[in-house]
Amino acid sequence: MCLAVPGRVVESHGGEAVVDFHGNRLQICGVMTPDVATGDWVLVHAGYSITRVSERDALATWDYLAQSGIAAIEEQDP
Amino acid sequence: MNAKATSLLDELRRASDQAGRRVQLMEVCGTHTVSAFRSGIRSLLPENVRLVSGPGCPVCVTAQRHIDAVIELAARDDVLVATYGDMMRVPGRRGSLEQARAAGARVHVINSARGALRLAREHPRETVVFLAVGFETTAPATAAIVLEAERSELTNLSVLSCHKVVVPAMLALLAAGDVAIDGFLCPSHVTVIIGWDAYRPVVRQFHKPCVVADFEPNQILRGLLHLVRQIGTSRPRVENVYQGVVNGHGNPFALALLQRVFVPGDTTWRGLGAIPASGLELASGFRRYDAVWRFGLSLGEDHDNPCCRCGDVIKGNIDPDACPLFGSACTPLTPIGPCMVSSEGTCAAWFKYRPPGEREVSLAQGGVS
Repeated sequence: MCLAVPGRVVESHGGEAVVDFHGNRLQICGVMTPDVATGDWVLVHAGYSITRVSERDALATWDYLAQSGIAAIEEQDP
Repeated sequence: MNAKATSLLDELRRASDQAGRRVQLMEVCGTHTVSAFRSGIRSLLPENVRLVSGPGCPVCVTAQRHIDAVIELAARDDVLVATYGDMMRVPGRRGSLEQARAAGARVHVINSARGALRLAREHPRETVVFLAVGFETTAPATAAIVLEAERSELTNLSVLSCHKVVVPAMLALLAAGDVAIDGFLCPSHVTVIIGWDAYRPVVRQFHKPCVVADFEPNQILRGLLHLVRQIGTSRPRVENVYQGVVNGHGNPFALALLQRVFVPGDTTWRGLGAIPASGLELASGFRRYDAVWRFGLSLGEDHDNPCCRCGDVIKGNIDPDACPLFGSACTPLTPIGPCMVSSEGTCAAWFKYRPPGEREVSLAQGGVS
């Protein structure tokens, strides 16, 4: 359950962000990554972004997740 | 298998030849466990390299006494319990949270710690008890909601902290000496938070190499390659192959959350027993959010099924199919031990991915020559 999933920030304001995970958009908390901006890629764990990642790393991870079915984006608690 | 994986396996075979002895490596993280099984890496490794699973599944290492305590709280009329889904089916002494919910207890599955905050706001007349499990990746979120509860003067949130930290468990495994471990494949997302400097005590005190790798198969292979190369040269150190994501010092914002809200505490790990300073307890300034203090909980003792060998599986002492319950009484549909409950549990991974009848020769208890 320590898995973090990459997504792209599409909105960021006041410590909150909306992150796009291949079409699924979720509101997440950015308190651990206060320096991220719209367009950045982040790793998200349990509703919190934990670090910024490069687009290349993010897409490579998504490729693997898509193949393996390890990660499933679920409806998230607000 | 892709060309890169083939190349990495070739390099690993050469490195293992140069090491010239049997090597037993432990993957600390449950996500590594699942990925290594799923990708078939275990069966592709050189004959003298063996991968064993460690205590990196937070569900699996949560002591039964915490499950019993939260089930007791769930029976109260003035309590709502919130927890991550993996915890619902972990058996306690008198059943699981799932069974308690079926019997009428109000137990909510949440995907984020913020779900516990939402429940507390929606149910001001009850106390929401958040059964908080997880390692350093997950614990900062718990810290964040405690601070948010304080800031918004929300008084009906309570945390039963089962949070644990990884490095003391690695050190305890080595100190116990029950299983031969030549090096550690270290978790990627935990290390995003703590930084790879955190593993230096493992090298300094026990001269064991540590390599941080992500969970993709090529990352795992690269991590194993670096471990075996280190063993071959007898120069143990901390290395990171998850470059660009993990750094030496970790995430300072997450660490600040942990340091503000939690203090290290002795805690009991299933299979490993009590390990000093391996748990995260709420600091005295946040005691009013601590379920143990608020409800005067006495956590008592564990009463695990005497036939269940999850403790030995977590320590890497045995493979799951050496447990008399594995695959018969204990299956993913009827789990008896926590390693079969969690999707990241070693027993669940074995059950799902291991071909029937395939056994490895255990290198535990001094089997490495």
